[in-house]
Amino acid sequence: MRTAAAIVMAGVMAAASACGGGDDGEGGSGPIELTVDVFGEFGYDQLYKQYEASHPNIKIRQRKVSTLDDFKPRLQQWIATNSGAGDVVALEEGLLPTYMQQRGKFVNLFDHGGRELQNNYLPWKWQMGLSPDGSQLVGLGTDIGPLGMCYRKDLFEKAGLPTERDEVGKLWPTWDAFLQTGQKFQGKVPGTKWLDGPTAILRATVLQNAGNGPGYSYFDKSNNLVFDSNPSVKTAFDTALKFSQAKMTADMSIFTPPWQTALKRDTFATLPCPSWMLGGIEEFSGGYGKGKWDVATVPGGGGYWGGSWLAVPKQSKHPKEAAELAKFLSSPQGQVGAFKDKNTFPSSPQAAKDPAVADSKNAYFSDAPTGKIFGDMAAQVKPVYLGPKNEEVRLAAENVLIAVGQGKIKPEEAWSKAVEEVKKAAR
Amino acid sequence: MTTDLRPATGTGPPPPAPPGARPGLRARLARIDLRVTPYLFISPFYAVFILFGLFPLLYTLWVSLHDWGLASGTREWAGLENYRYLLTDGDFWHATVNTIGIFVLATVPQLVLALFIANTLARRMRGSTLFRIGMVAPLVTSTAAVAIVFTQMFDRDYGMINWVLGLVGSGDIDWQASRGWSWVAIAMMVDWRWTGYNALIYLAAMQAIPRDLYEAAAIDGASRIRQFWQITVPMLQPTIIFTVIIATIGGLQLFTEPVLFGVGTTNRMDGGAVHQFQTITMYMYDNAFTNDRYGYGATVAWALFLMIIVFSLVNFLFVRRTGGTK
Repeated sequence: MRTAAAIVMAGVMAAASACGGGDDGEGGSGPIELTVDVFGEFGYDQLYKQYEASHPNIKIRQRKVSTLDDFKPRLQQWIATNSGAGDVVALEEGLLPTYMQQRGKFVNLFDHGGRELQNNYLPWKWQMGLSPDGSQLVGLGTDIGPLGMCYRKDLFEKAGLPTERDEVGKLWPTWDAFLQTGQKFQGKVPGTKWLDGPTAILRATVLQNAGNGPGYSYFDKSNNLVFDSNPSVKTAFDTALKFSQAKMTADMSIFTPPWQTALKRDTFATLPCPSWMLGGIEEFSGGYGKGKWDVATVPGGGGYWGGSWLAVPKQSKHPKEAAELAKFLSSPQGQVGAFKDKNTFPSSPQAAKDPAVADSKNAYFSDAPTGKIFGDMAAQVKPVYLGPKNEEVRLAAENVLIAVGQGKIKPEEAWSKAVEEVKKAAR
Repeated sequence: MTTDLRPATGTGPPPPAPPGARPGLRARLARIDLRVTPYLFISPFYAVFILFGLFPLLYTLWVSLHDWGLASGTREWAGLENYRYLLTDGDFWHATVNTIGIFVLATVPQLVLALFIANTLARRMRGSTLFRIGMVAPLVTSTAAVAIVFTQMFDRDYGMINWVLGLVGSGDIDWQASRGWSWVAIAMMVDWRWTGYNALIYLAAMQAIPRDLYEAAAIDGASRIRQFWQITVPMLQPTIIFTVIIATIGGLQLFTEPVLFGVGTTNRMDGGAVHQFQTITMYMYDNAFTNDRYGYGATVAWALFLMIIVFSLVNFLFVRRTGGTK
């Protein structure tokens, strides 16, 4: 009965939204409404206003969900049923490979003048948006997530650790050094955990190790599951496991409500920080965290996490206008605008060199020179190939680490359990 | 209505034809009208049922025989392969145990509590309407609000319940991590939402019990408690069986509460890191929409459907045994 009610509700809502979309009018007559589907923080609000001002016949509506895990099933239903998707949809790096398999459902941006844009993007970012045979441009790159390490300056001071970002970076050239610093910290500030949870650290280290190693992580480039045979994965897993085993994480996952609450308290002191994470921290810790956070370099050298592409589903009623909007949002100037708003770091070299990015400082993060920190990191990034089932495998592996932290899985059984779970997830 | 019409269908005299009309056609039309109209009147139900009940059921069966992925776009005939896998799928049976565990933990106190609440409300008291309306308040509360309140209550670090436990001096409970405690927490959410609903059903049934039974019992000197156990409960038996069946069907499809409870986890459909509170419907959703196994999700849906039929049959036999449907 409850389910039936939910289905009826969903139907009513779908019908309502379909009606809303129906009265858009054709082509040039009347304003065209374009819907943009994003998750998390893309920093497009100002850009929409700008675009609407220069294109009076366009009205932009953004639909935002806070986490990727909420976004994923929606997008899947929209694409599978050929209805409901926005005119421009964001595809995160984990989703892009999945939809590459169904690229027929997306507009080929080469048909809308995409070919001249190649030099606007880092070569690997451009390449990943292309179909394997290079004939279809599925997505235009938006941001990339070069890694830093966010830390709580005030808590470091309490623990007697250095607080200046250059010296903090020197505390942890390696992840082992990072662990030791954390042990020192937790000895001094017992109420606070060193890290937010095992998930962020696993994601960061997998991409770091894979980037410096074979260039792929859970799946090789022919999409075979290599979770248990790829040494980069094992190294990363062991690194993350050490923190769970030593009870140095608060066992939370980024962007979930407990994590958001934790940001308003002194629950954890550090957080692996791709550039886009800065926008999240600022949003969720608000007034409480202002001036308390800072960014240093990440242990273990380079690395990145996340980054998206903009694609236009074929179901869009206005593919031409949607493609133009996607081109604008992902253009160098669009990427500079998004960076200014939410610190999403540009995948466009021109944008990264723009003084608005390169010389930028982040007031919320104690005036950290984020443009320089992330710019230096972005220059070293080595891309990692992700398979179509990357997200499922990632979630399964993360669950095992969380269970270790909760005492439900013994640390020495963690790896074999992870292999077992991952095989089921990739089935 | 049928009794009024019966004479016209053959046994009685045909309806008199109005003057001036061709009697044969009129009579034939009237006969067609009598034969067909009842079917037309009941047809909306069947039309709706075929569209929203039968078709999805058969379509789901069709999907479950395929290796079908929404995100990847694969669609290959797999025969009974999904069903074969289901029988040996540890995660599915784990979810089944969770579902039944939460169902038992939730339903028993829920129905007992509802019975006592209804009994209290059935008495003359001040503001009884207000309290009766209050019973349905949890049902109409937005699920988002429920989620916020309950996750804050059961939060490991800053939760109200752990804070109270701390005051009493016992240790914190990690509500989400432990299989048993997560079941308890979810059962409490379920009870909060559905106890009042059952109480109202009981209340309605109680008001149909003849007052003179109670008066006679009172004259004989039976206490209120004795009246409750020996008059109210036996008279309510059919209603109690009805609520048990409804609660069984609802309990096997338990979805909203555990999903809301898992709001702090990486994937809410997982029901915790080791699936400690993943129910069958969550497992179905997880397969169909998160893990890109739409076909297998359909298989789980069918398994659930069969399970509900079996449970309902068991209930039905139980009802016949106890004489509830006389």
